[in-house]
Amino acid sequence: MELRSNEPTGPIEKRWDKHRFDMKLVNPANRRKHTVIVVGTGLAGGAAAATLGEQGYHVKAFCYQDSPRRAHSIAAQGGINAAKNYQNDGDSVYRLFYDTVKGGDFRSRESNVYRLAQVSVNIIDQCVAQGVPFAREYGGLLANRSFGGAQVSRTFYARGQTGQQLLLGAYQALSRQIEAGTVEMHARTEMLDVIVIDGVARGIVTRNMMTGKIEAHTADVVLLATGGYGNVFYLSTNAKGCNVTATWRAHRKGAFFANPCYTQIHPTCIPVSGSYQSKLTLMSESLRNDGRVWVPKTKEDCSKKPSDIPENERDYYLERIYPSFGNLVPRDIASRRAKFMCDQGFGVGPEVDGVRRGVYLDFRDAIKRLGEKAVSERYGNLFDMYERITGESPYKYPMRIYPATHYTMGGLWVDYNLMSTIPGLFVGGEANFSDHGANRLGASALMQGLADGYFVLPYTLGNYLATSKLSKVSDDHPEVTGAVEAVKERVSKLLSIGGARSPDSFHRELGQIIWDYCGMSRTAEGLQTALQKIPALREEFWQNLKVTGTGEELNQTLEKAGRVADFLEMGELMCLDALTRDESCGGHFREEHQTTEGEAKRDDENFQHAAAWEWSGEPSKPKLNKEALDFEYVKPSQRSYK
Amino acid sequence: METINLKLHVWRQKGPNDAGGFKVYEAKDISTHASFLEMLDVVNERLLEKGEEPIAFDHDCREGICGMCGMVINGRPHGPQKETTTCQLHMRQFKNGDEIWIEPWRAKAFPVVKDLVVNRSAFDRIIQSGGYISVRTGSARDANEIPIRKEDADLAFEAAACIGCGACVAACPNASASLFTAAKIAHLALVPQGQAEREDRVRKMVAQMDAEGFGHCTNHYECMAACPKNIDVDFIAKMNRDFLKSMATARKDIASRDKD
Ligand SMILES: Cc1cc2nc3c(=O)[nH]c(=O)nc-3n(C[C@H](O)[C@H](O)[C@H](O)COP(=O)(O)OP(=O)(O)OC[C@H]3O[C@@H](n4cnc5c(N)ncnc54)[C@H](O)[C@@H]3O)c2cc1C
Ligand code: SF4
Ligand code: FES
Repeated sequence: MELRSNEPTGPIEKRWDKHRFDMKLVNPANRRKHTVIVVGTGLAGGAAAATLGEQGYHVKAFCYQDSPRRAHSIAAQGGINAAKNYQNDGDSVYRLFYDTVKGGDFRSRESNVYRLAQVSVNIIDQCVAQGVPFAREYGGLLANRSFGGAQVSRTFYARGQTGQQLLLGAYQALSRQIEAGTVEMHARTEMLDVIVIDGVARGIVTRNMMTGKIEAHTADVVLLATGGYGNVFYLSTNAKGCNVTATWRAHRKGAFFANPCYTQIHPTCIPVSGSYQSKLTLMSESLRNDGRVWVPKTKEDCSKKPSDIPENERDYYLERIYPSFGNLVPRDIASRRAKFMCDQGFGVGPEVDGVRRGVYLDFRDAIKRLGEKAVSERYGNLFDMYERITGESPYKYPMRIYPATHYTMGGLWVDYNLMSTIPGLFVGGEANFSDHGANRLGASALMQGLADGYFVLPYTLGNYLATSKLSKVSDDHPEVTGAVEAVKERVSKLLSIGGARSPDSFHRELGQIIWDYCGMSRTAEGLQTALQKIPALREEFWQNLKVTGTGEELNQTLEKAGRVADFLEMGELMCLDALTRDESCGGHFREEHQTTEGEAKRDDENFQHAAAWEWSGEPSKPKLNKEALDFEYVKPSQRSYK
Repeated sequence: METINLKLHVWRQKGPNDAGGFKVYEAKDISTHASFLEMLDVVNERLLEKGEEPIAFDHDCREGICGMCGMVINGRPHGPQKETTTCQLHMRQFKNGDEIWIEPWRAKAFPVVKDLVVNRSAFDRIIQSGGYISVRTGSARDANEIPIRKEDADLAFEAAACIGCGACVAACPNASASLFTAAKIAHLALVPQGQAEREDRVRKMVAQMDAEGFGHCTNHYECMAACPKNIDVDFIAKMNRDFLKSMATARKDIASRDKD
């Protein structure tokens, strides 16, 4: 199948405006006749559902939590970018576009990224109008900070809780539409399949998580905004419920999965402390503005108290290797360096499996320079959180940090309209692959979620509805009843295996395989090992899984089992994609391909494309399709942060 | 790594119509670095191994921000540590040999779904009744055209920090939702964008709060003591003032419509 991006042509500044003008509109009186399904009510889905409801469509929205206000977007701490240039420090739409394409290591689509930079400006206006309490300066104007990898201050924030405040804004807009009757909200409802009729997405199958009821919902168009798949690693900074099920089920119905091997590892997380651990906690990247990263110069010092290590015995390795960016180098670089230092035996903190996996993030100098009060004003909440988790005070003792899986740049392939390879199935936010390339810069996922939800999808979905001929689907259509039956069968299969192992134990084992072989750095050999291990584990899963209880009640073990089953297939695709992409780029670091200085070395001649995988019916044998990427405006160059 | 042994008394309830009761579980060799929910994970894995049904509890982010987790631990919503959600409570707060009682939020407006899971959708309906600023997407003016005094923005933020967990309701002897509702009202009343609907908003939200079956606030302040985000009870006073004012100025037909 030929992948058509459907980007407009012409000057990049004009593409979105031109496209918007060219798109067809749905007559306001006809909108309520159209049913739109939105799965996921995080920033992307919540914003889209609210906007589509306000436009007059009949929207049915779904989320697995008990309330849309709890979507994982809520956890974002750091901030959201926008090219407002309020600080008059040289920012512009073009510069944000340029930084994002370059930061993504030339593996994203220029037209999409430009649009993102362009609408970023409207996002802030929209959120402020909704009452989002962004940080302010004394004069009453909005405050900004600079954020991982950026040399301008373009990040808007609300203390350490930006995601929460942005999500509450979208949730309130959504609540207003629920009250108005345009949006029908289904919380605690999990989508388990897509209904495809004559090659077109016409609905979904869901399970009510409180009663177990499995139902079909038909519609004219389906939007998936179900977040990322970082939990394939088991340990990650994602919420426990984050999963790949929605996108994976869509993949199995014909939606191509693009660039699954691109995962972002975040450098500033609290290190693992033991085997019971269920998640890793991110410390905001803003800490890198004032904290200095170091490890001891000699291995003997690694077990000593940091206060006993004199200044000249400390290796501030980021400042040493990357003098112009120092502690603010992009995430992939900071993460890999931390792993490298620990692998070399310079890690600090407790030994876990014989290795100390931690580096110091030290505020001593900042406290000296600014005073404890100023530091506590800036980072107090984060310091408290760190102390609650580790029992150590960062005022007295440097924090210990280590990288953890954080964000997934891969996702369902979409065209410029954010439509997948299944007509009528749209994908927004972290669930799609489109804007970040091989590496995502800080504060740009929130931006993308809201851009998609408020400003892109409401137009492109409307255009689809205005230009498609859609006959009504009856509830007894064989594709509808068939999809419901298939889901019921799968649920009863998961309940009836009667083996000995819990879903979590399989998930942990899978996560360890993916982390070891498809984590921060990858080799052909390692990936091949993983490709042996995963199918074997999957086979064991279907023989030896244990799920208690029934399907007709709240059953959290059953929910986990279904998600782990999908992760087991997804994990294999990630490894296959990583093996096939025989180059390094961004978050995908193949050890075989590095510069003499140990940086990722791209192979633009052979890999300047998005890899879009097609389901073949057999999990180990997907088919590869490629979308070539052109760079008309930002010419590919080696990223260098020296 | 330091470990402790505990005796848990856990509320088990099969479904909304089941009577429910406490069951005792031994939790052995629990790392003091584990979080409270990780301790329950360990207990649940052991139950599953024995073929018993794991304890159902709500949670998601496990970093104190989504508001999904929550249980009453030894009589206190979210447990003994101040300003801490259940997921952020760590086992170093307990001692070897401790007995721990674990129950769901108790309130008429929060019916139990199963074990420790309750239905908090009443909170959503309070927000739906008016907890927003009516603004259409895509037509907002430039953000810096609405300057906001830093003090006001900071205070609005403090109110907006409520995570909607429901601990305030569970802590209140009357099961009042005043702290939650007041926090939202104060957040929007403190910013200029929220003024146009200010009086309507407070009237509608208070009416919805009553309609959901939450009790009245009689100034016990247990809510604030239990709140993981330290939301200030002053916001309740602000809500009451705004409410009285709104009743004085509301058009008669609106005021009476709200009553039915
Ligand atoms: C700890 C942390 C901090 C972060 N900090 C930042 C930051 O500072 N700046 C930044 O830009 N980005 C940050 N990110 C990234 C950013 O938060 C996410 O990428 C973004 O919020 C994703 O939004 P979303 O709307 O795509 O998905 P989500 O917010 O994850 O929403 C997913 C939705 O889908 C629903 N769902 C999923 N599966 C199903 C299913 N099968 N059935 C029904 N519903 C389903 C969920 O219920 C939920 O409503 C951070 C991420 C993490 C983990
Ligand atoms: S006011 Fe506090 S206790 Fe009540 S819901 Fe909000 S955060 Fe939870
Ligand atoms: S699980 Fe999110 S606040 Fe506890």
